[in-house]
Amino acid sequence: MQITVTVNGVERSGDVEPRTLLVHFLRDELGLTGTNVGCDTSSCGACTIHVDGQSAKSCTMLAAQADGLSVTTIEGLADGDTLHPMQRCFQENHGLQCGYCTPGMVMAAVSLLDENPNPSETEVRIGLEGNLCRCTGYHNIVKSVLACAAESNGATK
Amino acid sequence: MIPASFDYLRADSVDAALAALAEHGDEAKLLAGGHSLLPLMKLRLATPSVLVDVGRLDDLRYINDAGDYIAIGALTRHRDLEISTLLASAAPLLSHAAGHVGDPQVRHRGTLGGSLAHADPASDLPAVIMAMGGTLLATGPNGSREIASADFFTGFLESALAPDELLTEIRIPKLDAQGWSFQKFNRRAQDWAIVGVATVRANGSTGVALVNMGSTPLLATAVMDAVKSGASAADAAALATEGTEAQSDINASSDYREHLARVLVRRSLEESGLA
Ligand SMILES: Cc1cc2nc3c(=O)[nH]c(=O)nc-3n(C[C@H](O)[C@H](O)[C@H](O)COP(=O)(O)OP(=O)(O)OC[C@H]3O[C@@H](n4cnc5c(N)ncnc54)[C@H](O)[C@@H]3O)c2cc1C
Ligand code: FES
Ligand code: FES
Repeated sequence: MQITVTVNGVERSGDVEPRTLLVHFLRDELGLTGTNVGCDTSSCGACTIHVDGQSAKSCTMLAAQADGLSVTTIEGLADGDTLHPMQRCFQENHGLQCGYCTPGMVMAAVSLLDENPNPSETEVRIGLEGNLCRCTGYHNIVKSVLACAAESNGATK
Repeated sequence: MIPASFDYLRADSVDAALAALAEHGDEAKLLAGGHSLLPLMKLRLATPSVLVDVGRLDDLRYINDAGDYIAIGALTRHRDLEISTLLASAAPLLSHAAGHVGDPQVRHRGTLGGSLAHADPASDLPAVIMAMGGTLLATGPNGSREIASADFFTGFLESALAPDELLTEIRIPKLDAQGWSFQKFNRRAQDWAIVGVATVRANGSTGVALVNMGSTPLLATAVMDAVKSGASAADAAALATEGTEAQSDINASSDYREHLARVLVRRSLEESGLA
């Protein structure tokens, strides 16, 4: 079947089998390999992207379900060579070790701050409950998200 | 893991969804948020040959004050329930519990209708709707009918919905709530409940429902009767396992589940204001 998805602001069309998972459409058809597959069972959050601005696990969606919708992947966050503030905060606060969970963590964190711009540490931990870090680097991940929240709150005040 | 092949139809109206169900019979499955069905299909535990996607039926995505009751469209997502100001005042048990389903990604996609139709005894919202005495509206080729939540869950992953029916609305009586409580016991943040308890005390009666204590979500009727006749929270909670059939699995033995049910029912009654 023919689908058209707006991916990182650009309309992308493809001919997919109905059973094609969204993550495979992004990685294999569009070559956007920043979105990782960790567990493939909806548990780890490595495949997190945004669908119409909200975090979602792309291993648990059909590409067909995204037809006509807007999807953002990790590749869509940076503005040219300028990292998205969340990406920069992860870099500055050592929010990654091997980096495997990082694209999903960053996408989940951006969605979290959209919904709750000024979270407490506990709210960040609970807000990232759908994302696992196999390197267990949670402490610095939480620190990165809090730094990003503080920075953008400072900027808007 | 990739599902077995199927044909995909996107319904753009309730009538179109019903027509597709009528045409394809039990070969067809409805797809709402997909967060229960797609994992099953990836494991090939479900292999429908036609998927009828109702996920875009925004007409069925609403939370309205309907006078005597709150009307919630079946395609309303967990996140919508969680942030609804109407529910926060009129049915805080539901918005609170919805905020404890899975994780944010799951709540952005999963729907109330899907949670109920899936009829998983381990799910949170079926027990919540039962405790509140909700009613479900099923729409089929011959119109709509109301099903009491107490009659809706008929077996493990089985409901009173006919194969040609769509769950369209959930109705919650407006309760003059004295208190409510949602107890969810799990090991890791995003997990399903090992045992859960939903309680609401309103309009002079108490509803208590259990998560994961049998093949369906269950009303703890013995507890409810005891509270009605004036029992204390501790005495009523001693009856928590009457009529249950807790299973043993990797997370807990049935004995441990029964223990949890008694402890959580007591906490739940106390938190909802019963001495
Ligand atoms: C990682 C993860 C964690 C989760 N944790 C929890 C948890 O802690 N607690 C919890 O309660 N749930 C949990 N869930 C399940 C989640 O709440 C699902 O969203 C929900 O159970 C099903 O809703 P859905 O819209 O995704 O339904 P779908 O998966 O689309 O459908 C489920 C079933 O219902 C049928 N159906 C759907 N809509 C209708 C309708 N309107 N009329 C008739 N039939 C319909 C479908 O045909 C299918 O058989 C979790 C899911 C995941 C992936
Ligand atoms: S790969 Fe999607 S949640 Fe793990
Ligand atoms: S940094 Fe290695 S999995 Fe998180």
